[in-house]
Amino acid sequence: MIVEGKVLKFGDKIDTDIIIPARHLKYTDPQYLAQHAMEPLDPEFYKKASQGVILVAGKVFGMGSSREQAAIALKAAGVRAVIAESFARIFFRNAINNGLPVIILPDATKKINQGDYVKVNVETGEIIVNDNITLKGKGITGMPLEILKSGGILSFLKTARSTN
Amino acid sequence: MSQTLTEKILSRAAGKNVSPGDVTEIKVDIAAFHDLTGYHVIEVMEKAGMLKVFDKSKIVIAFDHLAPPPDVRSAEIQDQIRHFVKNLSIPNFHDINVGILHQLLLERYANPGYVIVAADSHTTTSGAVGAFAQGLGASDVAAAVITGKTWVVVPEPFKITLESKPNKWINGKDVALKILGDFKADYFNGMAIEVFVKEPSAFPMDFRATVSNMGIEMNADALMFVPDSETVNYIKTMRGYEPPVIQPDSGAKYKDEYTIDLSKLEPLVAAPHSVDNVKTVGEVEGLEVDQVYIGSCTNGRLSDFEMAAKIMKGRRVKTRCIAIPASYDLFKKAMELGYIDTLVQAGCVVTYGTCGPCLGGHFGVAGPGEVMVSTSSRNFKGRMGSPDSKVYLAGPAVAAATAVEGKITDPRRFS
Repeated sequence: MIVEGKVLKFGDKIDTDIIIPARHLKYTDPQYLAQHAMEPLDPEFYKKASQGVILVAGKVFGMGSSREQAAIALKAAGVRAVIAESFARIFFRNAINNGLPVIILPDATKKINQGDYVKVNVETGEIIVNDNITLKGKGITGMPLEILKSGGILSFLKTARSTN
Repeated sequence: MSQTLTEKILSRAAGKNVSPGDVTEIKVDIAAFHDLTGYHVIEVMEKAGMLKVFDKSKIVIAFDHLAPPPDVRSAEIQDQIRHFVKNLSIPNFHDINVGILHQLLLERYANPGYVIVAADSHTTTSGAVGAFAQGLGASDVAAAVITGKTWVVVPEPFKITLESKPNKWINGKDVALKILGDFKADYFNGMAIEVFVKEPSAFPMDFRATVSNMGIEMNADALMFVPDSETVNYIKTMRGYEPPVIQPDSGAKYKDEYTIDLSKLEPLVAAPHSVDNVKTVGEVEGLEVDQVYIGSCTNGRLSDFEMAAKIMKGRRVKTRCIAIPASYDLFKKAMELGYIDTLVQAGCVVTYGTCGPCLGGHFGVAGPGEVMVSTSSRNFKGRMGSPDSKVYLAGPAVAAATAVEGKITDPRRFS
């Protein structure tokens, strides 16, 4: 599973109140949520991400609330994967459950720049920057990979039901 | 082999011995959600075509985020969930008049050694009684509600010891902020914190609940107080029975450990916009404040109201001040003890059972440029309203002293 795109870069501790503010949580429609993704930090994010982007960020990306709309909003806005130095546990699971690949790469913000073009192998964690530098992140394996491959937790649940 | 509390709880839930790093399926003892995440949980269940629950008696639902409903959509969300509750005959349902989910889990349901998952990050609060309690997203909770199972990566255990006794005006919040200030918000990622209290009665359940609540702000997978006499007394007082107690083995191995001398703590504050931007109250004293909020699942308990009432007794607040006990039972107790009367006489707006101000939802949203002092758990940019507002987190004593003076104030000025 390979995803690619231009890099939008953020710093440490991008929390869920930034990714999708609480006032939007009464809805789960992906298109609605996408328009408000990252709103407090960059109201233009939706336009910037619409062509398909890879987010690169620092420590504990997605920290804070359990709101699954954070993962839904980013994916619907055009984010194809998030590469971060570390992720908050709940966000990591929400991303996998909604089919948004999340790759851990120590020093990601030092190694990848705004505007770079990256190709990410989701399973091996291999990241190719601008077609000439190869970085090794932590790929998705085990149960999270099974869930991601089946298209998210919903399809995974349906499959589990049919085999029970 | 000696096991930590984390390993013991997760081994039982997995039905086999597990160690840090293992990815394992576990049974849950309680699966819970509230109004704001609940409609999303039900939506996932409907889409999966599995509108059923693994065990009715193990599902807990409380209305708190949209309580009472501030708009038509909120009322609609609550109505959808009431139908779900009725159709599936869920007994443990708490409508808008009962309280905040995490407080109810603590008062009525959580036991030492339980595995609790709920669709809200502050589920860690139940760690106060020694439960392995995790917040999850709507889809993960839907799966747990349907199957009674979830999966975990077994976290690495970290030991914190609290010794000695806290001074007057010091609260669980100061301990949580001390840990956040010393370790920063990313350190405990992938770890479970186990807290040992040397003198159990010196650090009561209210204080423990605040620290556990903010375990998620430390990005810990769980934060559990090792059950002791205080845990047993609390559950016995609240529910009339003695819970079975689970404890780590004496030779259990931890990744690392850290000790806090409670007698040396001073009132702390987290400055905008990060929970780990911790300062002593003296460093920010004098800053003018527009609104104070005392409440939430972090600091809306009886001892919080006791501290606030002691400071506000016979005084008037100079800021807007909103005070919300975390449950109906606490509200009644605070009323009987005269705390509510004191706060109302001081000019506070008092209500019960809503998360409104904490998440910038309703009942006290911050406007542009406003400065808030809040006893809640988070001061992220825009958390309590406008992205141009500023939130300072503090314990109830700092919050009450600030409300009285109209500017951030060290509560130690009050005798």
